[in-house]
Amino acid sequence: MKEFFERYVKLRKYNAQIAWKKAKRSKMCYAFLAPYAVLFAMFFIFPVVASIYFSFTYYNILEAPRFIGLQNYISLVLEDDIFLTSIKNTFMIAIITGPLGYIMSFLFAWLINELPRWVRSVAVIVFYAPSIAGNCYVIFSVFFRGDPYGYVNAFLMNTGIIDAPILWLINPTYMLPICMLVILWMSLGTGFLSFVAGLQGVDKSQFEAGYMDGIKNRWQELWYITLPNMKPMLMFGAVMSITQAFGVCDVTMALCGYPSTDYAARTIVTHLFDYGYSRFEMGYACSIATVLFLMMILCNKAIQALLRRVGT
Amino acid sequence: MSKNKAKKEVQEKEYRKPLIKKRKPNRSIAGDIALYLFLTLVAFVMAFPIIYAVSSALKPLDELFKFPPTIFAQHPTLDNFSDLFITMGKSWVTFSRYLFNTVFITAVGTAGHLIIASMGAFVLAKYEFPGANTFFKVVTVAMMFTGYATAIPNYIILNKLGWIDTYWAIIIPAFASPMGFFLMKQFMEGLPTSLIEAAKIDGANEWKVFSGIVMPNVKPAWMTLIIFSVQALWNNKASTYIYSEERKTLVYALQQIQAGGIARTGQGAAVLVVVMIVPIIIFVFSESQILETMASSGLKD
Repeated sequence: MKEFFERYVKLRKYNAQIAWKKAKRSKMCYAFLAPYAVLFAMFFIFPVVASIYFSFTYYNILEAPRFIGLQNYISLVLEDDIFLTSIKNTFMIAIITGPLGYIMSFLFAWLINELPRWVRSVAVIVFYAPSIAGNCYVIFSVFFRGDPYGYVNAFLMNTGIIDAPILWLINPTYMLPICMLVILWMSLGTGFLSFVAGLQGVDKSQFEAGYMDGIKNRWQELWYITLPNMKPMLMFGAVMSITQAFGVCDVTMALCGYPSTDYAARTIVTHLFDYGYSRFEMGYACSIATVLFLMMILCNKAIQALLRRVGT
Repeated sequence: MSKNKAKKEVQEKEYRKPLIKKRKPNRSIAGDIALYLFLTLVAFVMAFPIIYAVSSALKPLDELFKFPPTIFAQHPTLDNFSDLFITMGKSWVTFSRYLFNTVFITAVGTAGHLIIASMGAFVLAKYEFPGANTFFKVVTVAMMFTGYATAIPNYIILNKLGWIDTYWAIIIPAFASPMGFFLMKQFMEGLPTSLIEAAKIDGANEWKVFSGIVMPNVKPAWMTLIIFSVQALWNNKASTYIYSEERKTLVYALQQIQAGGIARTGQGAAVLVVVMIVPIIIFVFSESQILETMASSGLKD
């Protein structure tokens, strides 16, 4: 056992020496990478570490952080009802809009793939435009206005489906579904572009080979040829849609208000804003951020493990 | 005679061949028609809110409140836009200042991001050195959480650096955006290594290789980085990091006007168009290059 351990240490030492020599030789590479690496560490890695550290403290920017152990997390789970609402809302939004948006992205990318070239580029613009259209989603507050002159209300009342106007954006029952609708409208984003590009790159000869091997319709073609070829893009698209689904806040804030009625449209991110930027309870806000961070990373890892099995 | 006929038949066959081949196997006509109909319908639904936003920006005030509403403006005018300029002209901080702020943040942030991220991506894609793979993995993980999860510590860090209430609070973090770095690295990997080796044999040093050989060859990736960066920075309200009115961005000012209530409905509609038009126009002009870059965007493990 001891001998084995010594050999292991020796090996590691040797490897480290080689790595060090290599590193010395490739100084230039580090020089090129350094500006990005420093900024990246400062604004993406360090904040995560800092967030975990501050989540164990009471910190209000003015005073020095005071260590309070797990108190923040205990309050989050046991005392903060609104946080539990926000978790529930975020999960509802993520579970519904995440997979649906992802499937929509792939489906439309796949459907427009066979269109003639110019039609396809127009279609890409039409489908992708909502996700880069700034705050165009506030137009939905006109459609879903609560009085009888709101277009959706007027339409439903004229057709006789309802007899009194519905307060779409104030009544907690309707708030989340409408937000989800708007988020779905905007969900054909970066992942969609990746799919469109990836589908173009699938080797055409594979389809011919598949035709010889007896693939009968477009669905079989999709499952046996297209999907396995698209695996890297599927992974990338999944990362994009999960990140987006958990980060929802702009839409709910713009449509339902901040704070929304009965906190029915509060998400984790808006809760974070509330404690971080309105109340300056940074320690508490950091514990919310840490929970959000863990949720996103775990969800991403789980989905990736799942996607590895596609088409195998 | 019969020989001639046979020849003719062969000719006809050759002529007919492409016509038959034009339809791909595994596709039924009914399926195609159904898909076209479905796509048209969905495209209309997707485009409707944007079309409606644009047309309401062109409506005069009496048409905006007309009920039942019209989808297209009956008497299109640009009054809303000129009203917007008048309101902005009366504000304490001038319109040109807001515009300068946004353009400055967008331009500097995008340019810096492009240069810094490409430099890093270049060595990661084309050289092997200890730590390269680990670093790239960390960048991929960073794409898995939104900026919101790190917003609070970022604020604290920027506060410690003394950058709160300056442009740098928006610009410098934008340099490090993992998305652009990731796309750039993936795209550069497709570049033939022989190109770089040839340049090295000719005596070019690393910087020359980077600026003279690699960068001109990855122009599609430039456009992609530019659109993602512009999209993020142009729409950045920056309201949490910048307090002084004279440093606030155009989008923030415009949304203040938009929040002005019923009387500003027309101007609000104009604001929507002004805010969304820039990223969409950039995308329209750079679509093919962006798609070329995205083709290499896959996450391999």
